[in-house]
Amino acid sequence: MSFKKALCAATAMTLVTASGALAENLVIATVNNGDMIRMQGLTQDFTDKTGHTVEWVTLEENVLRQRVTTDIAAKGGSFDIMTIGMYETPIWGANGWLVPLDDLSAEYNADDILPAMRAGLSHDGTMYAAPFYGESSMIMYRTDLMEKAGLEMPDAPTWQFIREAAAAMTDRDNDINGICLRGKAGWGEGGAFITVTANSFGARWFDEDWNAQFDQPEWADALNFFVGMMEESGPTGYATNGFNENLNLFQQGKCGMWIDATVAASFVTNPDDSTVADKVGFALAPNSEGVDRKANWLWAWALAVPAGTQKEDAAKQFIEWATSTDYIELVAENEGWANVPPGARTSLYENPNYQAVPFAQKTLDSILAADPTNPTVKPVPYVGVQFVAIPEFAGIATEVSQEFSAVYAGQQTVDEALAKAQALTNDAMEAAGYR
Amino acid sequence: MARAVTQQRKIINTTAAWGIGLLIFFPILWTILTSFKTEATAIADPPVFLAFDWTLENYSAVMERSNYARFLWNSIIIAGGSTILGIIVAVPAAWSMAFVPSKRTKDILLWMLSTKMLPAVGVLYPIYLICIKLGVLDSRGALVIILMLMNLPIIVWMLYTYFKEIPGEILEAARMDGATLKEEILYILTPMAIPGIASTLLLNFILAWNEAFWTLNLTAAKAAPLTAFIASYSSPEGLFFAKLSAASTMAIAPILILGWFSQKQLVSGLTFGAVK
Repeated sequence: MSFKKALCAATAMTLVTASGALAENLVIATVNNGDMIRMQGLTQDFTDKTGHTVEWVTLEENVLRQRVTTDIAAKGGSFDIMTIGMYETPIWGANGWLVPLDDLSAEYNADDILPAMRAGLSHDGTMYAAPFYGESSMIMYRTDLMEKAGLEMPDAPTWQFIREAAAAMTDRDNDINGICLRGKAGWGEGGAFITVTANSFGARWFDEDWNAQFDQPEWADALNFFVGMMEESGPTGYATNGFNENLNLFQQGKCGMWIDATVAASFVTNPDDSTVADKVGFALAPNSEGVDRKANWLWAWALAVPAGTQKEDAAKQFIEWATSTDYIELVAENEGWANVPPGARTSLYENPNYQAVPFAQKTLDSILAADPTNPTVKPVPYVGVQFVAIPEFAGIATEVSQEFSAVYAGQQTVDEALAKAQALTNDAMEAAGYR
Repeated sequence: MARAVTQQRKIINTTAAWGIGLLIFFPILWTILTSFKTEATAIADPPVFLAFDWTLENYSAVMERSNYARFLWNSIIIAGGSTILGIIVAVPAAWSMAFVPSKRTKDILLWMLSTKMLPAVGVLYPIYLICIKLGVLDSRGALVIILMLMNLPIIVWMLYTYFKEIPGEILEAARMDGATLKEEILYILTPMAIPGIASTLLLNFILAWNEAFWTLNLTAAKAAPLTAFIASYSSPEGLFFAKLSAASTMAIAPILILGWFSQKQLVSGLTFGAVK
């Protein structure tokens, strides 16, 4: 073998060894939804580009939340990347449990991330998780039933119009409910919905001194309105309906209107699954007359790196890949523009291909209408639209939503539920040292 | 007349037994049927029972997305390992309680059973931290030991009940013939208690196979068994019932088959000593 050949062989061997040493195997915990599953299917593109491989741990949302919380609090190190939401990110960032994402590459263009998403995933101005997709909530309605009722949906309706339209669209003989909304207990289910409804009536969870506000008239107005409207025009047993139950009802043509996550728009307009795919219109979430806040939330599923991981660089590379504009284009190429992860980047909404998707503009408008720092008209000491970003909130809100679900099920009155919510919230806040 | 009444009663009893059996089996049957439907048919209202276009697309999607063989292998190791280890520990314990009881034996048995009343989540954090310190988080070995400990009270109780039915004189005779303690347990007691040990093995294998709290909380990518496999198809935001049903069917199939073939041993073991 000549010297040149030997040198080339040695160089090649060194490169192979070096690249082998640098290639990492990343363990990623994630939720089971369409966008995340799509990402799993496209992971080979990341491996081809970087040499890193990926192992997925996919869990149901509530199981995942418990699992990753236990792991990060105990510094278990089971995962290199975690899928977390807007609720956890600022709390975990403040605890020092997450790696700051303040050194992402220039090509990544972090300034392109929608400001509302970036703010919700930051603590003290530092971003701790990158949004994979973002969502708000909006009205999805049956255009044919609206027309039959002789009404026209405004772009930004009021609750009073929604109640009137729901009553007009209700046809009990044909099993059509004018409106389908979440009533299921759980802070992320019915709890989230009633919180944004209350915001749009001017209510708030806490005053500036962390006193519970369920004894204020705005909460009674919101809850009485909700219960009254659902009794008139909602499905029977709505106390146990969450996202999936309402999605099923809407896809089967049994709801005139449904106010829920913007991500549902792609499901209800998909002719493979929905019987009403070609008869769906969209509008901004409603507000009560005279209240300058809409009943829409703000949420993002985001990717974060737990502090202490041994594979920080590779993990950041993955996050850059999964939340980049290149990834969006990769999905569009493979699955079409309607299936790209929405609500994370400004440039997506400037793309003419995406502008042609029927629900794109309303999704963006809904996201822009939500303000996590000013969720309702009165001042609040917390951040979050459909939640309060404090560690105690999940437990408190789950209990409060159970009390409200008992009202929906006819087991107690609105006044009784509000009195219990007031007492249990103040007790919990006192025990936690806020009051 | 008496004969006619007996016949009538037989028919009623048989019908009732079949009715109850079908009622209990119906959710499993529905899961299996749903696994062969499309997602749209799975949520159709009114529900479709048999008259639908059968498809294997859900199984194909599940096989494409998940490494089923790895989950299955982990389940076999964890459930099998914890059951065998549990039997090895429980046989001597049950022997001593059945044949050389002290005045505290009954109290110890009740105390053992009372540990089953402790909510598992109450000890999640300490066990999680121990696993981190020992470096056994997300390992099959840790789950084998934890599930063995969780099921040990039931194993000891079951074996104790079976052993109590065996006359102590037989063991005494063996001792007089010069059998050591090891020989007494291995060659005299164990063969006589085989039906009881077999049903204990089967029941605990099923319990360990279905255990979902520890197997979900202490595993990630390496040691996750079939419970984690099912959990990965559950979603509160999206209707994937057909795929979830396919994953569930694949997870329960091995244990259903095992239960079907060993139902005689299971029933005889579980009713052992019930009627004297």
